[in-house]
Amino acid sequence: MLLYEYEGRRILELYDITMPKGYLASSAKEVATYVKLLGGKAFLKAQVLGTGRGKAGGVRFVSDPESGEKVARELFESEILGQRVDKILVVEPIDVASELYVGFIVNPIKCTVSLLVSPHGGVDVEELSKEKLLRIEIDPLIGLTSFIKREAFKFLNLPQSLSMEFSALLEKLYEIFNDYDCEFLEVNPLALTKDERLVVIDFRLSIDDNSLFRHPDFESEYLSRLSEKELIAHRFKFSLVELDGDVGVIGNGAGLTMATMDLIAELGMKPAFFLDIGGGASSERVCEAVKIALSYPNVKGLVINILGGITRCDEVARGIVEALKVSGTKKPMVVRLSGTNEEEGRRILESNGIKYFTNMEEAIREILKLLR
Amino acid sequence: MGILVNSQTRVMVQGITGRQGSFHTRLMLSYGTKVVAGVTPGKGGIEVHGVPVYDSVREALEEHPEINASIIFVPARFAKDAMLEALTNDIKLVVVITEHIPLHDELLMIRYAKLKGAVIVGPNTPGIINPSERCKVGIMPTESFREGVVGLISRSGTLAYEVASRLSKSGIGISTFVGLGGDPIVGLSMVEAVSLFSEDIHTKCLVVIGEIGGVMEERLADYLSSNPIEKPVVAFIAGKSAPKGKKMGHAGAIAYSGEGTAESKINRLRSAGVLVADTVNDIIRLVVRSIE
Repeated sequence: MLLYEYEGRRILELYDITMPKGYLASSAKEVATYVKLLGGKAFLKAQVLGTGRGKAGGVRFVSDPESGEKVARELFESEILGQRVDKILVVEPIDVASELYVGFIVNPIKCTVSLLVSPHGGVDVEELSKEKLLRIEIDPLIGLTSFIKREAFKFLNLPQSLSMEFSALLEKLYEIFNDYDCEFLEVNPLALTKDERLVVIDFRLSIDDNSLFRHPDFESEYLSRLSEKELIAHRFKFSLVELDGDVGVIGNGAGLTMATMDLIAELGMKPAFFLDIGGGASSERVCEAVKIALSYPNVKGLVINILGGITRCDEVARGIVEALKVSGTKKPMVVRLSGTNEEEGRRILESNGIKYFTNMEEAIREILKLLR
Repeated sequence: MGILVNSQTRVMVQGITGRQGSFHTRLMLSYGTKVVAGVTPGKGGIEVHGVPVYDSVREALEEHPEINASIIFVPARFAKDAMLEALTNDIKLVVVITEHIPLHDELLMIRYAKLKGAVIVGPNTPGIINPSERCKVGIMPTESFREGVVGLISRSGTLAYEVASRLSKSGIGISTFVGLGGDPIVGLSMVEAVSLFSEDIHTKCLVVIGEIGGVMEERLADYLSSNPIEKPVVAFIAGKSAPKGKKMGHAGAIAYSGEGTAESKINRLRSAGVLVADTVNDIIRLVVRSIE
């Protein structure tokens, strides 16, 4: 779960990390008030998720409250990085001497936490050549050691007087990374100010979704961001990804569902969504999944691909039959059903007039025929 | 033969009294797996399908010093403790079925396993099955897996069952199937699994089923480029048509630029000499051709 900047700021404040003074506004009038409070000059930062906000026009400088209000109105009416702007962070300008980059990210191959630092932070950090970037692996069982902090400090070419401050900052960021179960946490830019201080200007972090039970505040925020369909999917532990095509895909297991989607795409059709019902689904859960699938108005047809292992085909068949009864849909649908209890499952489908396939390629060719 | 598990494997089930734990204990026993003990804190003294249950791994080991593998079914929030308990008691093979385990818990436990010289398979894995030795430490449907010469490695459970049952219909069996697990971070890596199979005399051909996300397949390609193996390796990557995954800030782009996509994996594997199948059917065709 990616956090908005204002959500992350609350965490950084708890750790006493130096940031520019800032206020969160949800109307243009409020923005004007805060600009005034900050002495007339401020940056307006649209609260959207993802990288590239500055380049997309989501960060604007204003030099008086009136223009602050005007620019805020523009921002509230626009879409930045494909997202509507509901909140704006109004922050005091900082005299920046140079911009640095500091990031932590889980390294799944080495089973470490990679520390990434560069003296050349800012908007083009992704284009940096390897020499301008230092990557050090941290053993999570040992943690961030002094020698790693010294190495990072040396690479950044900071004034020697900042050694302690930098070390403390790195320590706090690594603590947040662990305390909040982060997938990644990055500060970009970290500013070296003209009066030789270190200030976190902007940063981004993502909390691992599987850890949200340890962070109840963010868990409720996570749930509030889901659409109605995603919320049902979440409740039944389905994995649902919405796409822009018109053929719905339901499967059990991410790999099988993706392979189904790939075949559909190869035949020139476009998947509308990917709905993985996971393992061991009961008829109730299957019924919910099919109901979600049928509730998409743009879906012209549906492919259900089930290979029963711990999932039982009879449960799946009962769920499909129930969902069709409830919805009364006439949309074309094909079902591939194989594996545990397949005879019983196929019998249930057949006696309800639903055609089944034993092989996924045949099922997908059939939906192509039906949709033509 | 085969890898990781065999007729000498003596299994302990952690979380044996839960719904999944108890159900799959029965299935493992009926397949032929030697399940000798179960652990559920607070439930010591009872039996599950004839298997004695203990309060702790230490107590189970005292009664059954022959235990050399553990399979974990405990809920995600307790899984770290269960893994830690198995590893601390020097169990060298720990198969973690549990899904949705917090990332940092996985990171710490997998790292700890490496230091202990132990192997974690998973988390979020269907487990391991070795048909010729009648040993399954996992939850996969056994009908799909017949005895044979193909070493099967997969990040996905059901897609592996699909491939195994199609191979089976073509008269081809497997030496061992190992599910690596569907999480971003897993214990036994693709490279490690391939290297185990390359040394197994019963395995004549390898099938690797990968998917988009992560860089495991790219690392396998790097490994095979510098350590070519004599056995043919067939691979398939699921998710060619999927949109790009969640972006991990600049950090993700800096640390893994250009990697993780189906295209990157397929290209890298091809240039490492791997036969990359375009479709599931194609996997079977390539395997048949390689072992003839």
